[in-house]
Amino acid sequence: MEGLLSLAVKAVFVENLALSFFLGMCTFIAVSKKISTAIGLGVSVMVVQAITVPANNLILNGLLKPGALAWAGFPDVDLTFLGLISYIGMIAAIVQILEMFLDKYIPALYNALGIFLPLITVNCAIMGGSLFMVERDYNFPEAVTYGISSGFGWALAITAMAGVREKLKYSDVPAGLQGLGITFITAGLMAMGFMSFSGVKL
Amino acid sequence: MSLRQIFDRIEPQFQKGGKLEKYFTLYEMVESVFYTQKSVTTVAPHARTFTDMKRIMSYVVIATIPCILFGLYNTGLQANMALASLGEPAMTGWRIGLMQALGGFGLNPANPLACMFHGLLWFLPIYIVTLIVGGIWEVIFALVRGHEVNEGFLVTSMLFVLILPASTPLWQVALGISFGVVIGKEVFGGTGKNFLNPALVGRAFLYFAYPAQLSGDSVWTPVDGFSGATALSITSTDGMTALASHGITWWQAFWGTIQGSMGETSALACMIGLAFLLVTKIANWRLVVGCLAGMIGFSLLLNVIGSSTNPMFAMPWYWHFVLGGYAFGLAFMVTEPVSASHTNAGRYWYGGLIGFMVVMIRVINPAFPEGMMLAILFGNIFAPLIDWFVVRANIARRAKRNA
Repeated sequence: MEGLLSLAVKAVFVENLALSFFLGMCTFIAVSKKISTAIGLGVSVMVVQAITVPANNLILNGLLKPGALAWAGFPDVDLTFLGLISYIGMIAAIVQILEMFLDKYIPALYNALGIFLPLITVNCAIMGGSLFMVERDYNFPEAVTYGISSGFGWALAITAMAGVREKLKYSDVPAGLQGLGITFITAGLMAMGFMSFSGVKL
Repeated sequence: MSLRQIFDRIEPQFQKGGKLEKYFTLYEMVESVFYTQKSVTTVAPHARTFTDMKRIMSYVVIATIPCILFGLYNTGLQANMALASLGEPAMTGWRIGLMQALGGFGLNPANPLACMFHGLLWFLPIYIVTLIVGGIWEVIFALVRGHEVNEGFLVTSMLFVLILPASTPLWQVALGISFGVVIGKEVFGGTGKNFLNPALVGRAFLYFAYPAQLSGDSVWTPVDGFSGATALSITSTDGMTALASHGITWWQAFWGTIQGSMGETSALACMIGLAFLLVTKIANWRLVVGCLAGMIGFSLLLNVIGSSTNPMFAMPWYWHFVLGGYAFGLAFMVTEPVSASHTNAGRYWYGGLIGFMVVMIRVINPAFPEGMMLAILFGNIFAPLIDWFVVRANIARRAKRNA
């Protein structure tokens, strides 16, 4: 239990997907203009992450790993080369289901997210989460914890970013930097603030 | 001819249509040093108050005076004590040469005036470089973008200098203040438009870019070959008991005769500054209460939890208060109105977050024994979000009341 807790803290703060790995930047930059939308997107990334990382963990351990197919009578088969395509397929399917679900039950959020929900499919934070899970060899409970907490860390980062950007509406940015330019600078400065966690050993 | 008449005579040249129209900003900068500006707000809202930007910023500069004076004394004191213990071989550099030429004045650790003189020789070059380099950036942006050069820069430069170690190389000082002023403030449009504290941005930039010159044990006292750990790094490696064996008592830390950045060692001097800011209402007391509560609460919690491997868990709150940059940050940076939360309820949360984070970083993060700088930057990032939640809660409450 303590191991899972420190894994969660690590995934949220120390190894924040957005601000220390700079993953998922396209949505991080594009959908952080309003706090309410950012919270919506953050929550959906968290949900997708919480489902896809454990699901991919099951695929890895049940189908792809060397010896994982022993139950089907193929103890020598190693399918890890199919990893990337299986993970992305899994993510795409889950995002599709989530989109249909939101369309039916939470249309306001569905409309607010617009094109960005399908874009979660190719969000590198989502793919990165699954690949970190593979690389670090998490077991199932760890995968669940990591999925939820890394998604939460990303959501936290984008919400803070949206807060700062709403405040920056009142600033007077030079013409050449308006829009994306100042957003990149802001993201960099925020990452500097998140450096306070770098070096924490859990 | 009086000064006013000189200004009145040259003013038309800087006005619209005048020969030097482009340089009006510079004229205004010099004029406002001597006289209150004539211009008043032309568009609504018209708030009638005795404070304006000039007065607020000047008050903050005044509030740092105790820290400056004590910083001068302590920098000189630490250097002189180190020199006394190391003797002749450490006597290098133009400062020592100058002081020896003056008959050895400034090298006596027992004489406060001598210590202040020695400290001044370290403080002044850094401060002058900061003013010149930062000032050049400020003026360039002001000229190109047509905003005024205001006293906010004086505050930024003063705070920046006070949180540097005395031995910082001058080119790094120049680099740090450039980053702080340009990236921390001017790209957002100048004073009042930034979301992070510019002095801290510059300091954090230097800290991460040149850790060898800005952290460790040998940077705090500007004497070659002398190594003196700060109280926080002593504790994080050897525990609270080691403080006593290094001869550091609580009262010493409170007065400030310990190793540390130039202006932040004395909790007493910072508290005098804070009291002044609170009385003049530049600083909001809610921020201070929040920050104290967060720090005291979380350090008490850690005291109770305890740890057999990490001695920092046992550090009581009154030590956290006097060591490192906590008191200085609390007085001058947490209370900075621009980068803090703007709602009253949000101010408690914002202060609390910083108080929590500073203890968190000091105790749990072995990479940074000092935590105030990063804690405040972290708080700055979340300040707008805190405000947003407070406003939302308020809207919800009103909707409910009027439903």
